[in-house]
Amino acid sequence: MTTVHEPRTSPEVGGIGHSVRRKEDDRFIRGAGNYLDDLNLPGMLHMAILRSPVAHARINSIDSSAAMEIEGVLAVITGEALAAHGLAWMPTLSGDTQAVLATDKVRFQGQEVAVVIATHPYIAHDALSHIDVDYEELEAITSPQQSLATSTLIRDEKEGQTDNVAYTWEAGDQDSTDAAFAAAARVVSLDTHYPRSHPAPLETCGVVADVNSITGQATIYMTSQAPHAIRTVFALVAGLPEEKIRIVTQDIGGGFGNKVPVYPGYVVATAASLLIGKPVKWIESRTENLISTGFARDFHMHAELALDGDNRITAMRAGILSDQGAFFSDAQPTQFRAGLFHICTGSYDFPSAHVTAKGAYTNKAPGGVAYRCSFRVTEASYLIERLVDNAAHEVEMDPADFRALNFIKEDQFPYLSPTGFVYDSGNYHGAMDKAKEMIGYDGWRARQAEQNADPDATKLIGIGVASFTEVVGAGPSRQYDILGLKMFDSAELRIHPTGKAILKLGVQTQGQGHETTFAQIVAEELGIPYSDIKVMYGDTDNTPYGLGTYASRSTPVGGAATAVVSRKIRAKAQKLAAHLLEAAEEDLDWEPGKFTVKGTDQSVTIQEVAFAAYTNHPVGMEAGLEGVTYYDPPNMTYPFGTYIVVVEVDTGDGTWKVLEMVAVDDCGVRINPMIVDGQIAGGLTEGFAKANMQWITFDDDGNCIGSNFMDYLVPTAWETPRYQLGETVTPSPHHPIGAKGVGESATVGSPAAFTNAVIDALWSKGVSNIDMPVLPHRVWGALNGVEASP
Amino acid sequence: MQITVNINGASETRDVEPRRLLVDFIRSDAGLTGTHIGCDTSSCGACTVLLDGRPVKSCTVLAVQADGSEVKTVEGLAEGGELHPVQAAFKEHHGLQCGFCTPGMMLVGSALLEGNPDPTDEEVRWAISGNICRCTGYMNIVTAIQAAGGEGS
Repeated sequence: MTTVHEPRTSPEVGGIGHSVRRKEDDRFIRGAGNYLDDLNLPGMLHMAILRSPVAHARINSIDSSAAMEIEGVLAVITGEALAAHGLAWMPTLSGDTQAVLATDKVRFQGQEVAVVIATHPYIAHDALSHIDVDYEELEAITSPQQSLATSTLIRDEKEGQTDNVAYTWEAGDQDSTDAAFAAAARVVSLDTHYPRSHPAPLETCGVVADVNSITGQATIYMTSQAPHAIRTVFALVAGLPEEKIRIVTQDIGGGFGNKVPVYPGYVVATAASLLIGKPVKWIESRTENLISTGFARDFHMHAELALDGDNRITAMRAGILSDQGAFFSDAQPTQFRAGLFHICTGSYDFPSAHVTAKGAYTNKAPGGVAYRCSFRVTEASYLIERLVDNAAHEVEMDPADFRALNFIKEDQFPYLSPTGFVYDSGNYHGAMDKAKEMIGYDGWRARQAEQNADPDATKLIGIGVASFTEVVGAGPSRQYDILGLKMFDSAELRIHPTGKAILKLGVQTQGQGHETTFAQIVAEELGIPYSDIKVMYGDTDNTPYGLGTYASRSTPVGGAATAVVSRKIRAKAQKLAAHLLEAAEEDLDWEPGKFTVKGTDQSVTIQEVAFAAYTNHPVGMEAGLEGVTYYDPPNMTYPFGTYIVVVEVDTGDGTWKVLEMVAVDDCGVRINPMIVDGQIAGGLTEGFAKANMQWITFDDDGNCIGSNFMDYLVPTAWETPRYQLGETVTPSPHHPIGAKGVGESATVGSPAAFTNAVIDALWSKGVSNIDMPVLPHRVWGALNGVEASP
Repeated sequence: MQITVNINGASETRDVEPRRLLVDFIRSDAGLTGTHIGCDTSSCGACTVLLDGRPVKSCTVLAVQADGSEVKTVEGLAEGGELHPVQAAFKEHHGLQCGFCTPGMMLVGSALLEGNPDPTDEEVRWAISGNICRCTGYMNIVTAIQAAGGEGS
């Protein structure tokens, strides 16, 4: 079903479908945001972290005496000191362990070795150079292939660890897949590396830990996308009573997955505040952010498609080797060791698939965060969309036609995928048709044929298509938990006597606009104007428990909780309205904001009902009008879309530029179309970034290349393409308001479209793959048969 | 050493270390936290302020270099309670998401419009190419700055 949602509330009420302007913007445009580094508490001290300059070394000794001599330095804390309190190691979100401060060895460049606590940030940083660490260097292992081949053990401290394997995992069915490949008319294969990247939100990570030594109350202000889960982790790691831990996340300057994990700096600053009895602030520098926290991707992928004689896909095989860095700290649901990578069968209908994954420890930073991505769905989408494009070229079919031939059809939903997902809804042909029409696909193909036919052409046109399917909104409690915490989410709604409301959420905005969007859901359900609804989040003492915002889960889970709690309140409001109107409940009609007695003009507004809840409630009914819901989603949601990019590749220097791009997204019902388009435009830019320039790599000694914004290139306005955005609307059948989540679709779907466009331009020249980022020297090397250096 | 900097019309006189960065002077000494820090290499532009009317990255200016100068920060954009057209346009055209780059973007935009009230898409993109935004993909920022120019002219 494809429908466009017409708003049923007035613009003043601002329910679903209205592009109301964002409530949060009033403070941001005045420079009055409350970001972590803006917080200064009385007597606050400052922390700086000494990091390892080498990738792999034994620590023989640490001498901090000279640093302690510096005026203003209060403490130098090492791993040894933390070990005395059982805090030298902490659990990761994947159930591994991670060093807080190194005790035995350093295992990546940038690893935390010691911290200085001082009265001023400049003094704390000065003192770092006065700490003398004696390192005994060891072989640096910088690739997963090297890791599996060497006898050098990275995690030699781990009991029972005899190799460098971090995990193994598989999904799907090997036997039926093997049988399908044995019967295949043709097999298409692809090897590609989805490179290591970093979310690099413009605000880095940080913490202000304020532990009251008398009461034991720990108030921890931090940049976290998941404050409630962090509170529980802190209780478990530090042994602090959970009721005395309050995590406060103020405004967050972008997250994109970077701010999900617990980082050593958070733990040490809290320990230091506990030890010294004063608030301690730690703010990461950009270099610290890029070299030590939250890398993403780094999947080495091999995959094959089996085709029958009619060019239909019959099976897929995929084998993954992931580079995990020194600690396995992917932020992902417990059951899924390679995240949701097994969604890699994508938008296509075929019966068999088999996926295997293995992770290797290396001497690189840990992380494995879901960078604007639902747990490795980005890698999965890239792989299948690159593979089908190559398959189309191999069988000499138009890539759009090849996809249309193999798409899951609209009447096949709900669709059970060969790796076990139940796709809730979709209309893949609809999105493809719309994207082709918007960009003028046939016209571009004609122009391409003409321009590329010239044997002397130095500018070749390429057209890249990607038709992604995401899986977001983790997730149903029977399958989804992180460290045992089920992945429900929550909303608490209180309607005040004057009809104004406060909505408290377990999810956490980092710029997505929750203060507006979530108020609009309440406005839709209750008819209270969105501007009358205050939205709170990010203070664990004052909001209900939830797992936070990442993996596009806010709207699918927290948004559903908001709709459900609103409906609970509406049910009670109806009883109150019946009392006020002296009518039977079932005789009342509801329209947003008003109950009317059927067939009459007698009515009460939601505001009048709210007032009555506190001033005139019937005998036998509790006073008040409020509720809380913990929503356990029955299924994931499956946003999809088709992106088409036209590029022009300069064969002389290997550069390429985007001539036109169309993105058609179907994220179900759009709550605030303006905000949705904003999420898509931002996501497309991050997809372009990865395809074009943005990556982190290492030299053979494990030195991080890409430790600042001069080496780690992120696109500015100058390089960023312009986009045309389109939509189809296929509501999620199980979500209370039919929404699916949209924050990550464009980052998931677009990288393959860009790479496919370049390959499409060069296929006739014998080029079938270039790994991202598709850098000019790689393009030139592929065209000229020269092995490109990284 | 002692310096005096006029920030948003108010005079700030302080004793500062010669190495103190202007951004730290603005944020910590003057207490104006609307100016942000996003990198250490003058790459991101989150710390952009107007120094005697021209955009500078205040992480790359020493506070002592601003002695005797006028600095305008985001807090000084609105005058007499009236939003600057750039501020209003950023809200109207959804030119911001997390808000961290926004002060720098708006200050660069306002400086551009001073000399060129009707900039093209390319002119805006070039002007803001020293400022990184990780959320918006820039399209709405460009639209907002152009719209603010239309407002003023």
